[in-house]
Amino acid sequence: MTARVLIHLPAKALRGEVIQIKTLIAHAMESGFRVGTNGNPIPRDIITLFTCRYNGEEIFRAELSPAIASNPFLSFFTTARESGTLEFHWSGDNGFVATETAAITVE
Amino acid sequence: MSADPAPLPAGRRSFLIRSGQWAAGAAIVSLLPASLGRASPQAMQELIRSIVGEATLQPGKVRLDVPPLVENGNTVPLTVSVDSAITEADHVKAIHIVNEKNPQPHVISVTLGPRAGKAQLSIRIKLADSQQVTAIAEMSNGSFWSGSADVVVTLAACVEDLK
Repeated sequence: MTARVLIHLPAKALRGEVIQIKTLIAHAMESGFRVGTNGNPIPRDIITLFTCRYNGEEIFRAELSPAIASNPFLSFFTTARESGTLEFHWSGDNGFVATETAAITVE
Repeated sequence: MSADPAPLPAGRRSFLIRSGQWAAGAAIVSLLPASLGRASPQAMQELIRSIVGEATLQPGKVRLDVPPLVENGNTVPLTVSVDSAITEADHVKAIHIVNEKNPQPHVISVTLGPRAGKAQLSIRIKLADSQQVTAIAEMSNGSFWSGSADVVVTLAACVEDLK
C-alpha cells in the first residue's frame, strides 16, 4: 500500500539558512483504544517512527505514539548546508513503510 | 447476627461462593474499560522519571503553543519551541511530549541535533480530556527543561466510542 505524502520545503536556500520542512502523510493512526460497532476493540495501527536524512545524515527522528492525530503532520527545521536530497521515511505497525525524497538547491 | 452462625447447607454455600466469584468477575470486566481509557498523572510522572533519569527537571526554556480551548480533541495543533543556542557544543538533543489523561502518557519523542538550526517542532495530537500537556527538552549538556500548557477539550478523542 502506498500512502499519500505531502512534503513542503523551499526549493532554494542560502548556505547556512534555517529552513522549515513540513510533512504530512495519509494514515489512520488507529489508536487501539477505540471499540468498533460490533463491540470488539479496533486493533492498533499507527506509524511508530519517522526519520529525515539530509544527504544520508540523519537530521531528525520522531518516535510516535497513538496520541498523534490521524494523517500525522510534522514540521521541523534544519540548516541548509549543501545541495542534495532529503529522504523522508515512515514506518509503523503491520509492516507499514513509506519513503519520499525531495531535492534542495543551496547557493 | 449470632456469634456462632450455623453452617450453611452445602448447596446454598456453594451458590454463595459461586455468586461471589461471578461478582468479582463482573467487577473486573467493568473495570477494564476504565483502565483501558485513562492514564493518570502518576503514569505521566513515571514516564517523566524514565526520560529524565537521575537528572533534575528544571522549569523553563520550553514553550508550548496550543489553543487554550479546543473543540475537537482528535486534532489539536501543538508547537513546542525550546529557547537554546544551536551549536555543536550546545544544542537541544531531544524533545519529549507527555500528557496526563490520554490512555497512554507518551505523545512523541523527537531527536534533534546541532544541524537543526532551530529547536522547534509542530505536530497535531489527540487529547482524550481537558488536561495539562508537558514538553521536556534534553540539552546536549545533560540538563532537562520542561514547560506545560493547559488545554480545555470540548469534544474528546478516543473515549467517545468506549461508552
